[in-house]
Amino acid sequence: MSTLGKITRRTFLGLGAAAAGGLAVGYYFYQTPHANPLEDNASAGDAIFNPYVFVSAAGAITIITPRAEMGQGVQTTLAALVAEELEVTLDQIAVDHGPASSAYYNEAVMVDGGPFASFDQSLLANTARETMAVASKFIGIQVTGGSSATIDAFDKMRRAGAAARMVLIQAAAQTWNIPAENVSAQHGHLINKTTGERLPYGDVAELAAKLPPPEDVILKKPEDWKLLGKPQKRVEIVEKVTGAPIFGIDVELPEMRHATVRMSPHFGVGARTHDATAALEVPGVEKVIPLQTQYGSGFAVIATNTWAAFQGAEALDVVWQDATYPTNNDAMTPLFDRALEEDASFTLGSTGEPDEVWRNTPPNRQLEVTYEVPYVAHATMEPMNATAQWRENELHIWSPNQAPTIIQGVCAGHFDMKTDQIKVHTTYMGGGFGRRMEADFSLFAAIIGQHTNGRPVKVTWTREEDTRHDMYRPRAKARYRGTLSDDGHLTALDVAVAVPPLIKNTLARTFPGLPVAGPDKLLLEGAYDQPLTVPDRRYAAHVVDLPIPIGFWRSVGNSYNGFFHESFLDEAAHKAGKDPLHFRLDLMNDNEHAPAKRVLLKVAEMADWGAPMPEGKGKGLAHTLSFGTWVAQVVQVDTSQQQVRIEKVWCAADPGLVLDPANFKAQLISGAIFGLSQALGQEITFTDGAVDQGNLYDFDAMRMHQSPTFEVALLETSPRMGGAGEPGTPPAPAALANAIFAATGKRLRTMPLSKHIDFT
Amino acid sequence: MKLTVNGTEHEVDADPNMPLLWLLRDLLNIKGPKFGCGVGACGACTVLIDGYPVRSCSYFAGDVDAPITTIEGLAGKDALHPVQDAWIRHGVPQCGYCQAGQILAAVALLQDTPNPTDDDIDAAMTNLCRCGTYPMIRAAIKDVANSDGGGL
Ligand code: FES
Ligand code: FES
Repeated sequence: MSTLGKITRRTFLGLGAAAAGGLAVGYYFYQTPHANPLEDNASAGDAIFNPYVFVSAAGAITIITPRAEMGQGVQTTLAALVAEELEVTLDQIAVDHGPASSAYYNEAVMVDGGPFASFDQSLLANTARETMAVASKFIGIQVTGGSSATIDAFDKMRRAGAAARMVLIQAAAQTWNIPAENVSAQHGHLINKTTGERLPYGDVAELAAKLPPPEDVILKKPEDWKLLGKPQKRVEIVEKVTGAPIFGIDVELPEMRHATVRMSPHFGVGARTHDATAALEVPGVEKVIPLQTQYGSGFAVIATNTWAAFQGAEALDVVWQDATYPTNNDAMTPLFDRALEEDASFTLGSTGEPDEVWRNTPPNRQLEVTYEVPYVAHATMEPMNATAQWRENELHIWSPNQAPTIIQGVCAGHFDMKTDQIKVHTTYMGGGFGRRMEADFSLFAAIIGQHTNGRPVKVTWTREEDTRHDMYRPRAKARYRGTLSDDGHLTALDVAVAVPPLIKNTLARTFPGLPVAGPDKLLLEGAYDQPLTVPDRRYAAHVVDLPIPIGFWRSVGNSYNGFFHESFLDEAAHKAGKDPLHFRLDLMNDNEHAPAKRVLLKVAEMADWGAPMPEGKGKGLAHTLSFGTWVAQVVQVDTSQQQVRIEKVWCAADPGLVLDPANFKAQLISGAIFGLSQALGQEITFTDGAVDQGNLYDFDAMRMHQSPTFEVALLETSPRMGGAGEPGTPPAPAALANAIFAATGKRLRTMPLSKHIDFT
Repeated sequence: MKLTVNGTEHEVDADPNMPLLWLLRDLLNIKGPKFGCGVGACGACTVLIDGYPVRSCSYFAGDVDAPITTIEGLAGKDALHPVQDAWIRHGVPQCGYCQAGQILAAVALLQDTPNPTDDDIDAAMTNLCRCGTYPMIRAAIKDVANSDGGGL
């Protein structure tokens, strides 16, 4: 399929537009490899093979896994890519996130940044992907997001392992003075095939690393894989069950000070007046300093321990300037309503004449409904924090973060420094979900670090500060219109989504001054890029200008469009008098849609879809293709008691290739629970310009007693590899709402669903 | 004030109103108990006092009158605690941030109720896991309960 709609080459979105602009001057650099960042940090005797593998003088093998571990298991899977080819097991190696460096740029996250469905193989879509691949190397952003890490690493890191293996074999051959064919690599050893003699890798590593890297790297065949495709124990699992101090919040340095921040609750403005007397009287509080950044203004309290800093921040007497935007939820509502009435900002994936079909369809076969989702916070388990220390003209930042080179860029801009003067140490993180792509908490720590006389300072946010100063998943309102043929097929679909602009909002604080052009596909992803054969359709974004900070929240635009789109297909099926499964299957008629059909049929079989249900129980179905992975879910609810219980979730997913089935399943479950948590009461609202919610008692997530049981199946038929961390999230809320409809006849179109019905 | 943590006695000079969590983390450098909410709502800061699970963020250090066990003190000299082993077998941790609290809550549950039902697990395991590891936690607890001799 190739639905070009109104897209031309000149309308690549956001990042892509900027990146493509840089290409003319950048192509030369594209041909030059990034410097190997390990060379700068090497210890004596380290044998460095490439940016991913080095062996110490003592023979210890380290694999660099330059993506943030926030729970998604990425470091284990990335290490396995290298280890597979290097012929070692995961217990023979150490894993390290490594330094911040453009050498670890993420190509995959940008390659699919263009406004095309992941299955769109048209010339235009593929040309865009190639352009983005070049651009990604040029701008060199090291980032963990977009469920892209394993896709990006799949070739790169296997090749790194294979290249190291090949020179190790060569070095052993030289040592033994035999042809390389007579040497094999096995389990961290080189074997002389003739004599059976064995050398550990460490014995020839120094020699091997000096050999020129092989020109033709030979990768193992998938049928020979020993690690890939099989469940691996997480490399950091022992640390995580023994309480090892591995998180950002656990950083401990000599002479360290502790601090916290209290930022203006009104976005974009600062304090009118303040009085720090009471704060400074708190025992342990040393200083109160002002903070002024593109992320917001406020104060930091520096103390000898975190508790003192928290108390000091609370005691700080501040009068904030008034907010300059509509100050409460009701006042924001008309902006969304009005945007839907006005002309669309842009459309994607549109084709045919949906308006005409609408006009020519009798009202009893028309369906028009609106859906709404609120702002929501990330609420990572570990509140935002970072530690900073200035050492002469170097800035060191220990940060649980998803984008170290962005931290470098933002700090370099703020302090007018070079990025290589900024050393980012990426720690493990207690959840990320997109929140830790932002540089705010790292920048705050760096600024506060200028006030501690060269001592390191750890800056920990309270949960309240974390909830009230997030980059939220945006509020959105959608109007869906559809028409049915007299035999119950969807003939036209007209989607209008009113939502604030994600890319524009994010770039303004991350790369100030960078021009933004083209449609922001994130606003419509999860709708325009879904497998659906409807001849007349339009997907229109109506951009709402509101200065509430918004950002990337697990699955981004899919998180709300998945709910809208899949709720609407269910409504349309019921209006047509058809089974929602068959209604969907009938709309997936292109060859490229085959994986969607397969996961739908699989999940239907697992859930015994269509079997009669006892009174009060119901099942709901939804499917979303996101980040290249096709995910169908069935949710079963029991509404026979006073409160609705989410009993069970069946999930079938097709990511094309599964590198670690246990971890992939865990991610799908995690993603679904994340999506369902929204329905149970998550909502960020505003009064007088400030966020109402502050802590887990008013912004919570699913708990053990609410958690359904899960059954997950993985298929590997999709022609392209998809991601793991996010695709479980988008279909879940819709499947839940559809299940509630099946059980009760009540259609819930506004999140959180808990506003309309009680859950256990 | 005197505190016994994981078998070691500490003499600490601190405000008795300081939450136990911050005393452990910032004054004693015991980082296993985590800060999640500060108001007793998440359980990331769970420690055992005299074997009972306590949310240390909401417990005055001055009120502690019995030995404290944190996650660091759970394993034996040569082997992990059976609950920790089960957590590894079931691949429970994702980000891992909540897991010190989850493990200690599970230890307390299993000590009290060696063969917990699903309802017992729901009632005792109230800690938040933002990564959604609940199905794995439930399975790991049942695994320990069903192992030799039932429970711990
Ligand atoms: S930090 Fe103690 S319960 Fe959340
Ligand atoms: S494992 Fe991440 S919060 Fe529980």
